[in-house]
Amino acid sequence: MTKIDSKIPSGKLAEKWTNYKNHQKLVNPANKRRLDVIVVGTGLAGASAAASLGEMGFKVLNFCIQDSPRRAHSIAAQGGINAAKNYQNDGDSVYRLFYDTIKGGDYRAREANVYRLAEVSNSIIDQCVAQGVPFARDYGGTLDNRSFGGAQVSRTFYAKGQTGQQLLLGAYSALSRQVNKGTVELYTRYEMMDLVMIDGRARGIIARNLVTGKLERFAAHAVVIGTGGYGNSYFLSTNAMSCNVSAAIQCYKKGAYFANPAYVQIHPTCIPVHGDKQSKLTLMSESLRNDGRIWVPAKLEDAKAIQEGKKTANDIPDEDRDFYLERRYPAFGNLVPRDVASRAAKERCDAGFGVNNTGLAVFLDFKYAIDRLGADVVKARYGNLFQMYEEITDVDPYKNPMMIFPAIHYTMGGIWVDYELMTSIPGLFAIGEANFSDHGANRLGASALMQGLADGYFVLPYTIQNYLADQISVPRFSADLPEFVEAEKEVYAKMKKLMGIKGKRSVDSIHKEFGHVLWSCVGMGRTKEGLETAISKIDELRKEFWSNVFIPGEIDDLNVELEKALRLADFIEMGQLMAYDALTREESCGGHFREEYQTPEGEALRDDKNYMYVSCWNYKGEGVKPELLKEDLVYEETEVKTRNYKV
Amino acid sequence: MDKNISFTLKVWRQRGPKAKGAFESYPMKDIPGDTSFLEMLDILNEQLVNEGKEPVVFDHDCREGICGMCSLYINGHPHGPEGGVTTCQLFMRKFKDGETITVEPWRSAGFPVIRDLMVDRTAYDKIMQAGGYISVNTGVNQEANAVPISKDVADEAMDSASCIGCGACVAACKNGSAMLFVSAKVSQLNMLPQGKTEASRRAKAMVAKMDELGFGNCTNTRACEAECPKSISISNIARLNRDFIVAKLKD
Repeated sequence: MTKIDSKIPSGKLAEKWTNYKNHQKLVNPANKRRLDVIVVGTGLAGASAAASLGEMGFKVLNFCIQDSPRRAHSIAAQGGINAAKNYQNDGDSVYRLFYDTIKGGDYRAREANVYRLAEVSNSIIDQCVAQGVPFARDYGGTLDNRSFGGAQVSRTFYAKGQTGQQLLLGAYSALSRQVNKGTVELYTRYEMMDLVMIDGRARGIIARNLVTGKLERFAAHAVVIGTGGYGNSYFLSTNAMSCNVSAAIQCYKKGAYFANPAYVQIHPTCIPVHGDKQSKLTLMSESLRNDGRIWVPAKLEDAKAIQEGKKTANDIPDEDRDFYLERRYPAFGNLVPRDVASRAAKERCDAGFGVNNTGLAVFLDFKYAIDRLGADVVKARYGNLFQMYEEITDVDPYKNPMMIFPAIHYTMGGIWVDYELMTSIPGLFAIGEANFSDHGANRLGASALMQGLADGYFVLPYTIQNYLADQISVPRFSADLPEFVEAEKEVYAKMKKLMGIKGKRSVDSIHKEFGHVLWSCVGMGRTKEGLETAISKIDELRKEFWSNVFIPGEIDDLNVELEKALRLADFIEMGQLMAYDALTREESCGGHFREEYQTPEGEALRDDKNYMYVSCWNYKGEGVKPELLKEDLVYEETEVKTRNYKV
Repeated sequence: MDKNISFTLKVWRQRGPKAKGAFESYPMKDIPGDTSFLEMLDILNEQLVNEGKEPVVFDHDCREGICGMCSLYINGHPHGPEGGVTTCQLFMRKFKDGETITVEPWRSAGFPVIRDLMVDRTAYDKIMQAGGYISVNTGVNQEANAVPISKDVADEAMDSASCIGCGACVAACKNGSAMLFVSAKVSQLNMLPQGKTEASRRAKAMVAKMDELGFGNCTNTRACEAECPKSISISNIARLNRDFIVAKLKD
C-alpha cells in the first residue's frame, strides 16, 4: 500500500515550525527571478500568496474567475478572524487557540499543522493592521474582540460585519501593488480547466478565457491551487455562484489525493429555504450568537400553531420557550461549535418543534439582548446584519425573532497536502479552503479567514522555496510542449462532447436534482442505506447529465451555460466522492454525522480506534471506485478526549 | 406572505462591445415576491434555455450584497430604485403587478459592454494598482496595538472601506466620474496613521490613473452618493480633493 508521508518535522510541537524554517532550503534573489509560479484563485489564500510570492521576487501568474480579485467569496465572511493575542487578558494563548481548534475539529486534524496555524495567527493581525485593514477598535484606540463558537475566550478580531471583505481588500491591495510592480501578472475572467504535468510534476495549467471562450496554456515551475471548497455541489449553499470544485477535481484526476471529502460544514444560522426558485442561501453571521438566544417552542401545540400561522413567536411566553442549546450545553450555551448547533436544530425540527411554515427553522431572538443592552447597542453591533435580514425576509428582527436554519457553508475536506502544503503531486500546492489540513471534521467560526491568510502570507512563501530550491536549474518551459498541446486537446474534446449532447434539460435543472440527493443523503444526518442510495442515484444522474443536458450558444465564445455544465460535471464526481467517504467512515465526528453512531444523548460517537486517520482518495479512472489510503493521525502532545461542551 | 406578480421585462441585449444593442421584451408570469431580482433573471434564463435560446448574460456572484459583481441599471437607477441595496438584494416584492421593468447595463465610457448586461470594469483594478495600497511587505510587522488609532478614525476609515467597487457611482454620474470610488479608497488609507506616509503620492497616482482611463470630472451632482448601494458619503470626495491639492502644492 502507498505510504502517506505528511513530512511533519521532528521535535516538540511548539518547536516544529521554527525548526522547519531554520533548516529548509531557500532560493536566492537572482534565482527567484527565473522561477515562475502559477496561483489559481484570488481569495484570501490566493491573493495573499500571489502578493507575497511576488514581493519575494518570483514571477507569479495569478488567475481569477471573476472580473476582479476583490470579488472572491472570502469577501462574504462576516464575523471575524481568530488570533491568540490575548488582548482581553482572558487566558488566551497560542496553545489555547491550537487546543480549541483541534478539539473543535473533533480530533481529526493534523496536530502539527494546527499548532503552526495558531502560532502564525498573531502575525496575521499585525500584517493586516499594517496594510490598513480598519479593524474595530475600542475608545482607547486598541483593537476590539468578540467571541465565537467553540471558545471560552474573546479572540475574534472584526471589522463590522464585513471582516472577510476588509481582509480580502487588504490582500487585494497587496496584490495590486505587485501587479503595478510587474511581479504578478493578473488574469481575470479566466477559469482553470486542467493541470498540466511533465515527468510527474505539476508544470502548468490550461485555462479558459471566459470572455473569448478560448483555451490558453500557461507554464510555470510550480502550481498553487487556492480555489476554495466544494459547498456548491449541493446547489443550495452559502457559497457564491461561481464557487466550484473543478480545479481541485482536475488535480485529483491527475493524481492528487482528495482528503476527507465527507467533512462538510453545515452552518447553523442561515436564512431558511423558501420556494424552489432560490439560487443560494444567505448566512447570518455566527457573531449573532454572542447576543441572540436560540429557541423553539417547548410545547408541540405551540410549534404547530406557529407553523400554521395561527401564532407568532411573540405569543409564546418565556416559560414556554425551549432554549435548547442553553439547556443541553450549559457551559457553552448558544456558542457551541457549528456542527453541534446545527445538529441540535435538526433534532428539534425532526421532533416537530420547528417554526416557519415549513417546520424547518428555529428562532434566533434578540429581545433579551435589546432588554439588556438597549436597541442602540444591538444596532451598533449587528445593524448591517439586521438590515440584510429584513431586506431578504421582509421581517423586522428588532421586533420579531429571526428565523434560521442550517445550510451548507464550508468544506473541511479538500486536496490532501503535507506539512509543506504540497499535494501528492510534486510541484502542486493547495492552500486555503481548497486543502484539507487544519480544521479536522469541523471548523470553528472565524478560523477560515485565519487559515486562508496563514497559508498565503506565512506558510506557503516559506515551504514552496523548499521545493523550488531544487528547480533553479530548470529553465522556463514553453507552453507549446506536447504535454500542453495534449491537455488542451482533451479539454476541448470534453467541451465539444458537452455541446454535442443537445439534450432536453438545462444544467441548473440537473444540478438542483443532484443537490437534493446530496442534501438528503449526504447532509446533516447520514446512514449507510442513504449513502448507498446516493451513490447509485448519482450514477443515474451522471448518465442523465452526459446524455440529456442542453447547452445553447457556441463553444469558442462567452458561454455561461457551458461554464456551468463543465462545473456540474465535476460536482457530480465530487458528490460521489463525498458519499464514498461518508459511507466508509463508520463513526460520527464533527460535521460528519452517521445516525447509526451516536450516544444515547444524541451526541456524535467517534471511533478513535478504527477511524483516527485522514482518508485520502486516490483516483482510479472514470466510473471506478477510487482507492482509499490512510494517513494515521498521531497526537504527540494532545490528550484525545470526547468533545464536551456541556461542562 | 408575498404575492406573485406578472410583468414585462425589457432587457438590453448586445452581442459584443462593438455590436449594436437593442431592447428585447419578455413576459414574466407569476413570479413570487420573495424572489430576488437575480433569481428572477435565473427564471427567465431557464425559460430561454428551455426554448433553445441563449440566456441573458449578467454579472453576479455572492448574491448577498458584498462582492460588488452585480451591476444592473433597473428602471433608470443603478441597482434599481430601492436605495441602499445591490441588485442581488433587491426583491420582486418591491415591484408592481403589470409593470414594465427596464434592465440595462452600466453605461459609461469607462465600462465597455462585454455582452448584454455584463460590462468590463478592469479600469477599477488599474486605478487600485496605481496606488490603492499601503506599501508594506509580508513579514514581521509592528505589533498591531503599538499605534493606537482612535475609534472615530477607525470607524470612519471603515465606512470609506465599505465600498464594494461595483461601479454604480460611475453609472449614476452624468460625467461618468469615478471620484466616489477613488476617494473612498484614498480616504480609508490616508486617514489611518499607517497610510499617511504615502498619502500625497497615493492621491496623485490614483487620480492620474482615473483621468488617463477616460473617467469624467466630478461636478458635485451627488448622484453617486444617492445611488451608492453602500451609502458611501461624498465627504470622501472633499477629503480626496484636499489631499490632492496639498499634494500638488508640495510639488
